[in-house]
Amino acid sequence: MTTAVSRDTDHALMAHLLRRAGFGATRDQIEEYVAKGYDETVEDLLHPEYSDPEDQDLLDRYFIASVEARSVGHADPQWAWRMATSDKHLEEKIALFWHGLLAVGGIKLDHGLEMLTEIDLFRRFGLGKFGDLLLEISRNPGMMYWLDNQESHKDAPNENYGRELLELFSMGIDEMGEGAYTEDDVKAAARAFTGWASKPTMPPFFLGPFPMEFQFDPDDHDDGEKIFLGEVGNWNGEDIVEIIVRQRATAEFVARRLYQFFVADEADEDEVRRLADVFQANDGEIRSVLRAIFTSDHFKSEAVRYRKMKSPTELVFGVARLTDRFDLPDLEASQLAGHPMFMGQHLLNPPSVEGWHEGEEWIDSGALVERINFASNELERRDAQGIQRMVDRVREAGSDLSSMEYVSACLDAMGCIDVSDRTFSLVAEHASGQLEPTNEDEEIDRAIEIFQLIASTPDYQYC
Amino acid sequence: MATNGHNGNGRAKNLVVIQLSGGNDYLNTVVPYQDGLYYDYRPNMGLSGESVIPVDDRIAFNSHMGSFKNLFDEGKMAVLMGIGYPEPNRSHFRSMDIWHTAEPAVASSEGWLGKTTKAIDPEGKNPVTTVNFGRGLPRALAYPDVSVASVGALESYGLYTGLAGASNRDALLDTVSRIYQPMSDDGLPSLRLLQTGRGMLDGADTLRSAPEKYSSTVEYNADNPIAQSLKGVAQVMSADLGTRIFYTQHGSFDTHTNELVNHAKLWDEVSEAVECFWADLKEQDLADDTLIWIFSEFGRRIEDNGAGTDHGSGGVAFMIGNPVEGGLYGDYPSLKPADQLEGDVHYNTDYRDVYATILDDFMHVDSEWVLNKKFDRIPELVAN
Repeated sequence: MTTAVSRDTDHALMAHLLRRAGFGATRDQIEEYVAKGYDETVEDLLHPEYSDPEDQDLLDRYFIASVEARSVGHADPQWAWRMATSDKHLEEKIALFWHGLLAVGGIKLDHGLEMLTEIDLFRRFGLGKFGDLLLEISRNPGMMYWLDNQESHKDAPNENYGRELLELFSMGIDEMGEGAYTEDDVKAAARAFTGWASKPTMPPFFLGPFPMEFQFDPDDHDDGEKIFLGEVGNWNGEDIVEIIVRQRATAEFVARRLYQFFVADEADEDEVRRLADVFQANDGEIRSVLRAIFTSDHFKSEAVRYRKMKSPTELVFGVARLTDRFDLPDLEASQLAGHPMFMGQHLLNPPSVEGWHEGEEWIDSGALVERINFASNELERRDAQGIQRMVDRVREAGSDLSSMEYVSACLDAMGCIDVSDRTFSLVAEHASGQLEPTNEDEEIDRAIEIFQLIASTPDYQYC
Repeated sequence: MATNGHNGNGRAKNLVVIQLSGGNDYLNTVVPYQDGLYYDYRPNMGLSGESVIPVDDRIAFNSHMGSFKNLFDEGKMAVLMGIGYPEPNRSHFRSMDIWHTAEPAVASSEGWLGKTTKAIDPEGKNPVTTVNFGRGLPRALAYPDVSVASVGALESYGLYTGLAGASNRDALLDTVSRIYQPMSDDGLPSLRLLQTGRGMLDGADTLRSAPEKYSSTVEYNADNPIAQSLKGVAQVMSADLGTRIFYTQHGSFDTHTNELVNHAKLWDEVSEAVECFWADLKEQDLADDTLIWIFSEFGRRIEDNGAGTDHGSGGVAFMIGNPVEGGLYGDYPSLKPADQLEGDVHYNTDYRDVYATILDDFMHVDSEWVLNKKFDRIPELVAN
């Protein structure tokens, strides 16, 4: 996409970073981050310092049903609130990344508490070493139930987890369905994970679900010799994870998925190889790979701007953050979680263990209606403080702007975003056709109409 | 020669789907009211006496299905007993996916009716070949490059219909329409996105015009959501927009608790809605070319849990219309312990046989292509 008008490139770059490492930032936030500097902002993003959120009590008081949440429907307001309001942009974004990759869903595990535990696990381990994360998820009761490891026994191993661990979570397969591992490796992995199970603990509340905890049963574990990826030993699950993480295929798989989530829908193979090297050189630390992404000339270049279709979640929470209207976790905030579902992404309920099909596949005509209507309904809220600040910026830009300057001011106010030349000129044409405002109310109307139009463009569907 | 979606005379065929979401309790829908085992297993949930409408000396309809009994007596309704698939899955989502994708063994993202849409309109010329009434697209309608309109309410369908302010909706629409033209200078926005936007806008214009073209003496209950959905179907169908597949759903039939009250209410609603819709189809002269297909993702456990029933397998489906040869199809599954499948009834009719029948005999679409395999059509179920 070419830049329609000249614009401070630092701001546009910072906006790009925040759209990828988070759900986008307001114009004021971009200002603050630019003042701090790009590299320092990257480091801040990479080190969110996990802690129990300060507003958890408030959340529990408002979203009563999501305390010890029974179902996905009870649980998702919690996460929606975090994505709409958390200052730790990357902590929520990396949780969304892993939720789509190490996908566990209400499709089978209708256990809201476990689903939220899972998301929290991604917050805690999502930027650390991939091996640690894989081990945590392998011990996670939700995952074990989801992929039937509960049903995997010494005498009768269930191969579901062993297979998906290799195929979907770590080494991957190519377009022909071939992986850098064999069926025998799948069987060996399955044997190594026998005896890994979970047990319910007492529910704290009368109607709550039973919290689950990991339980290793040595008597149900196959302790025999196994050959896994060419290595011979009496492997247990920990060993399998350790061996997997050392594989080049794993490094490339994780690098490719990170690239497609944070950089562009279409993978650049040179970049994937470079990132896989970084993965291997840093013991599989995700933070190092992301640093190598965000600080690269490739990421900063115009070539990858707006090359990623916004997922429904990115669209919804990007707009929610623009409005900045969610002060309390009230009913409206809890309803935010429903909107990605209408657009095809039911949070905490991916359609399968494969997660979602992303990129262009997000868009169908029903989803597009939902996207445009959601964004334009939200942008209409002139009482929201975020919208007021956007309008103020446009009004402060001057009263005698040309229609092109006016549209540029609107794009700037929406978080230093950009559209294609063709879209820009059509929006500018629209602006030139608008009636000249005669009072403050009409000035607000005019700006909001252009915001709505920009949010309706095909360009706005990308981030 | 017949073309897809038309019969030999060139008359367009309309398939209306009513999905009973949540797992409709088969045993309390079509009740084995003379089977002692049924009452043994359902001490709290068993229906008898005035709660059933006998069909023959073995089975009865739930008394809240009055219009179904009438349609059955008129020979307009086929009851497909014991419908299901091998190795049942008792997850709502997974089982619904299995019905939607016609693929029980592996996860698939291709919906059988999305693919049927592709067969009817290969180049995607008509954005409203298939219309879903509801928010969010059921997987049954998902297929690559197939555009399906998803309509909440017909009158308010389209862009910017929820705006409260005095925004300049028409001007916005005009500009958006000029932006969504399938042309792209440097590959972004993608052609596919622009085409989707085009289909969305054209489809919205077309669909919003439907209510104006429709008039009927039938009054649909405004408080009955499935009746309102079916009214929308009637409006779009009578407007003759080229729509061939109409998708609706009702629920939730997930009656783990308070089943006697909830299940009755749900069937009151479905029964009333179908009665109105059937009358409307006759009034609009569309009854000869329309088939109504009613299904649920699974039936429920044979034994009740005290207040309701849990997820089970094997179910019942209904087919309604003038092209349908009414009657009972399949066998009512045995409730004997030895014949049960983990506490559920066994299926005896593969749902894909019915899909193949609908596709080949009614829609005139090649079922082998849509279902990736040749299934056995059920003879005489649908008039050719």
